[in-house]
Amino acid sequence: MSEPLITLEHVTRTFTVKGQTIKAVDDVNLTIPQGEMLCLVGESGCGKTTTGKMIAGLLPTSAGRILYHGKDIATIAGNDRKAYRLGVQMVHQDPYASLNPTQTIYDILAAPLQHHGFTRGEYETKRRICHLLEIVDLTPPDDFLEKYPHQLSGGQRQRVSVARALTVLPTFIVADEAVSMVDVSIRISLLNMFARLKDEMGVGVLLITHDLALAKYFAWEGRIGVMYLGRLVEIGPARQVVEHPQHPYTQVLLSAIPEADPDATRAKPRVALRSTDMPSLLRLPTGCTFHPRCPVFAGEVCENIVPPLEKANWGSEAACHLVHANES
Amino acid sequence: MAEPTLSVRDLSIVYQARRGQVQAVRNISFDVERGEAVALIGESGSGKTTVGLGLMRLLPATANIIGGSIVYRRYKNGSNSASRETEVLALKGDNLRQFRWRECAMVFQSALNALNPVLRISEHFADTAKAHGYLSGYRQGTALRERSWQLLSMVRLDPERVWRSFPHELSGGMRQRVLIALALLLEPQLLILDEPTTALDILTQRNIMDVLKELRDKLGFSMLFISHDLALAAELADRVATVYAGKIIEVGDVRTIFRRPYHPYTIGLIKAVPTLTSDKSSLVSVPGSPPDLIQLPTGCKFHPRCPLADERSQQEEPALIEVEPGHHVACWHWTHAREALKAYRAET
Ligand SMILES: Nc1ncnc2c1ncn2[C@@H]1O[C@H](COP(=O)(O)OP(=O)(O)OP(=O)(O)O)[C@@H](O)[C@H]1O
Ligand SMILES: Nc1ncnc2c1ncn2[C@@H]1O[C@H](COP(=O)(O)OP(=O)(O)OP(=O)(O)O)[C@@H](O)[C@H]1O
Ligand code: SF4
Ligand code: SF4
Ligand SMILES: [Mg+2]
Ligand SMILES: [Mg+2]
Repeated sequence: MSEPLITLEHVTRTFTVKGQTIKAVDDVNLTIPQGEMLCLVGESGCGKTTTGKMIAGLLPTSAGRILYHGKDIATIAGNDRKAYRLGVQMVHQDPYASLNPTQTIYDILAAPLQHHGFTRGEYETKRRICHLLEIVDLTPPDDFLEKYPHQLSGGQRQRVSVARALTVLPTFIVADEAVSMVDVSIRISLLNMFARLKDEMGVGVLLITHDLALAKYFAWEGRIGVMYLGRLVEIGPARQVVEHPQHPYTQVLLSAIPEADPDATRAKPRVALRSTDMPSLLRLPTGCTFHPRCPVFAGEVCENIVPPLEKANWGSEAACHLVHANES
Repeated sequence: MAEPTLSVRDLSIVYQARRGQVQAVRNISFDVERGEAVALIGESGSGKTTVGLGLMRLLPATANIIGGSIVYRRYKNGSNSASRETEVLALKGDNLRQFRWRECAMVFQSALNALNPVLRISEHFADTAKAHGYLSGYRQGTALRERSWQLLSMVRLDPERVWRSFPHELSGGMRQRVLIALALLLEPQLLILDEPTTALDILTQRNIMDVLKELRDKLGFSMLFISHDLALAAELADRVATVYAGKIIEVGDVRTIFRRPYHPYTIGLIKAVPTLTSDKSSLVSVPGSPPDLIQLPTGCKFHPRCPLADERSQQEEPALIEVEPGHHVACWHWTHAREALKAYRAET
């Protein structure tokens, strides 16, 4: 494996809600090599965005450390700090909220270019902007320069957000997929664009999504991580996680997904949950937090002991008392 | 065979916008049979929601229904001939109010915000009943509660817990189920669901889909789904219609549409959805962007994005014709579109 770009060591993030402390992210460990395509999946509120924000330095950790090229991002200084600040960019979940409505696309992209001294003078700035718009498939670029965000479709706005992130030549992008932005063809072409960025510029991506089929497609050569109530409960090679899920929660998720094939989706065996209610972060279950819903719940051990994330099969790791790596 | 519950013919709807007229729905015709589930699929902005709002006569003031007809047929339980036939576009006042909810109910796209935040769930049921003159008089209290609780259990909610709750105390999926129960309160024969699962989590989506299947088996109403989610259509619909630029361009039985689509756009749409079992290379996105509904392209509205477009496609818009029993397509080249697209993809 190449040198890790980003390392999460026991990363935890708490929030105070109505005077009570909740753990939005709980003891997450993760090593991301350069140029990796990684997906984080899980139900709403499981801590995906919070994790992404901490990686992008937009939110401090409450405990644990995040390293960029081996340096703690909380204490990183000088040139290293600047390299990290520019090197890791986040593309936001909601492209409506994240672009300034009073600025043209040209202004939106010119600001970071000029501020960080990537281009000098209008001619060079414009050339670079046109190039960026071409990279994100907004062509011909001249059609877009003078437009305002509200004159673009959701998918186009998302592309502008990506182009803006690319202005500073990042090595890693955290892309938080909006659930509302569901148009299939737009999504696939956005993801293909990320794949091209990786091939051409070596840019790694953390994609945050609800859609496991999309995650498999996107992270084909990379990994999928599954989060549940703030914890990473499974991580492994994308195709293996989908074809040979190790953790009972991953199995439930996969069996629940409808397929765009009428026969397959109607014949698909479903793994039922013991309870459909998602527990509140304010009253987290003890032991394995999945135990009140787990279809293969194994009694006391699940209720009392937090299962650690350990080596399982098919190159994956899983956090479940019942999952063990086969001897081979 | 009995006549359809709903027959839409040549429905056209426009919006007045500053830049001109938005042709959101153009000459749409389709039927929803008794007890049948039909899905309208298509990309964002293609006019799906506008069709739904038009059927309910709930369009905003800037919209105009410029032509067509919507015939609704009421059936009595167990009877095979319609007891009443209504032209929905001619309904006014009380009759229109009766039609909404009693005959046809809709769960809206932005449903998660559709409940009034200051009213308890119980009050939502009471208000809906009152507004439509349902179960009036002295019996109202207990009978309404009984019926509501029955519906809440049917959508797998715990009535005891939910009844006294305010909307913000419920999760998105719970609110969505409350709305489905509420829509069914007056025993409508047609339920329109606009993106019923789009903003929800996988497990909640699964729950809603199972609930809808169960309800339909038990209560036998017809459903019209409006969604970009092809998987939802694959799982729940009997028939599927593809909408492009305000027009139905293909319609057929769910298996036919997913297995043997003829229209290049439907073929493209299905190819663009990743599935858990599909291979990476089999996925292709539909190139280009949706058309401007104010200045529509000439001829076939898909031609600027269609690899098979020729001169005829650019000049004449193909009509929706029946090419096999029950399978309608609007494309000049439907006979060889699939093979031609395969060859095209192999080349590029
Ligand atoms: N600033 C905040 N203050 C209080 N609680 C927060 C804050 N940000 C997030 N949370 C809580 O932390 C938990 C994790 O939130 P997060 O946004 O990371 O989830 P997510 O996995 O991205 O969900 P979604 O799929 O809905 O986007 C949630 O319970 C959320 O309510
Ligand atoms: N009030 C309005 N005024 C003007 N144009 C409108 C209005 N409402 C919708 N439109 C336009 O009409 C077209 C059809 O919109 P509609 O909401 O029916 O699409 P849709 O297929 O439901 O899309 P989505 O999948 O995004 O919900 C779009 O181009 C939209 O911009
Ligand atoms: S540890 Fe126990 S409760 Fe948790 S996932 Fe494994 S079997 Fe289920
Ligand atoms: S009519 Fe022509 S442009 Fe339209 S879908 Fe068919 S082949 Fe393509
Ligand atoms: Mg999020
Ligand atoms: Mg809509």
